[in-house]
Amino acid sequence: MKLNLKIWRQDSFEAKGAMVNYPLDDVSEHMSFLEMMDLLNETLVQKGERVIEFDHDCREGICGQCGMMINGRAHGPLANTTTCQLHMRSFKDGDTIYIEPFRATAFPIIRDLKVDRKGFDHIIQAGGFITVSTGQPPEADSILISHKTAEAAFDAAACIGCGACVATCKNSSAALFTSAKISHLALLPQGKLEAADRVINMVDQMDAEGFGHCSNTEACEVECPQAISVLHIARMNYEYNKALLLK
Amino acid sequence: MKTTTLQHKLWMSATGLFLCFFLVIHLLGNLQLFLPAAEAREKFSWYSHLLAGNIIIEIIAYVLYASIITHTVHAILITSKNTEANGSKYEYDKRGEASVWYSRNMGLLGTIIFLFLIIHFKDFWYQYKFTNLPLDAKGNKDLYTIVVKAYQQLWYVLIYEVALIALGFHLLHGFYSAARTLGLFHPKYVKWVKVLGWVYTTVVTLGFMAMPVYIYLNSLS
Repeated sequence: MKLNLKIWRQDSFEAKGAMVNYPLDDVSEHMSFLEMMDLLNETLVQKGERVIEFDHDCREGICGQCGMMINGRAHGPLANTTTCQLHMRSFKDGDTIYIEPFRATAFPIIRDLKVDRKGFDHIIQAGGFITVSTGQPPEADSILISHKTAEAAFDAAACIGCGACVATCKNSSAALFTSAKISHLALLPQGKLEAADRVINMVDQMDAEGFGHCSNTEACEVECPQAISVLHIARMNYEYNKALLLK
Repeated sequence: MKTTTLQHKLWMSATGLFLCFFLVIHLLGNLQLFLPAAEAREKFSWYSHLLAGNIIIEIIAYVLYASIITHTVHAILITSKNTEANGSKYEYDKRGEASVWYSRNMGLLGTIIFLFLIIHFKDFWYQYKFTNLPLDAKGNKDLYTIVVKAYQQLWYVLIYEVALIALGFHLLHGFYSAARTLGLFHPKYVKWVKVLGWVYTTVVTLGFMAMPVYIYLNSLS
């Protein structure tokens, strides 16, 4: 099929960007969105132009690297999908597709569709350590965790840090990401000792990075490739309020 | 520990829920407007006088003014922080498909409500507190006549209806959002908070919306 692509081009962080038109022929509906981008880049290489830069890694929907605003939606028109798992069958012949980077003050554009998501790393670092015994590996059942709790913690840990929650949020809030990390450890006995410090430090860091606050629109849960529940945000708020009162 | 936006949100939530509570009391008191005219005149004006003279009500009134101001100030602070966090705008934006419109427009709805409150305070609260109203048979200020006269004008009724619809959507999102901010998240009860929010919003909004319409229609007959 034939597509009319409108893609954000920006040379560097300081440079001013703009949308540029790229008509593209011979796109197969079986291609993933990233393969379509590869096809476009091959045509650019042949023409001797600079290729369009975008982040990608596993292309299996589990690494969280790829992320684009496609037709005004984070990771494209489907809910709970990464950009690499979006296929061209979701589009029609002759479609115009707008492709932009995730936009937020905390996600500065490095080039074209690549953004700097270091803010997420800083939030994780602010979480600090959890206390565990070092030395010999402990006996597996020395800390008992119910199956339900383990599953709930794992649901939170499933966050791949792609940044779609920030991109789709009307306030560019990182509440879903941060809360998933907080919830993960708050649920488990290993994280309990530092729970109060962790939630305060991570929420402070989220602010320091320049993310907005949460308005509970729940758009993030819709766009999250791992369908992380917004209830984690409520749990983060609970943990935060508890820490404010008791710490 | 720094003052984070989450703390601003806590203020929003606490003051918002107090205002929700106030609306229930306000609605219950105003139900007297539905009584037959003669009875309503006597009871409504008596009730207004009762409220004006009570020290506890006086204290609650000050909490109410403070809540409205605090809610507004924190909303402005949060909005300016969000504008800063958003940075550059999307060239093509369809993010709205992922959430309901009123959850994204609380600021707009809040502004409509705020403008409405200026009219509402000026026409009833200010009149009652700071002007010499005619007295009724029992010597109470006759607020009932002021209210009925106001709602005999169609344009005035329409302003109220529009503002109350805005209030309805504001409450629909605000009620449950406040619960989330406070961290009431238990998976078993979380859907009941939403249901409660719907019931609360429907009763309060339709209850208030019925008053101007009822009085207007009565004035026609």
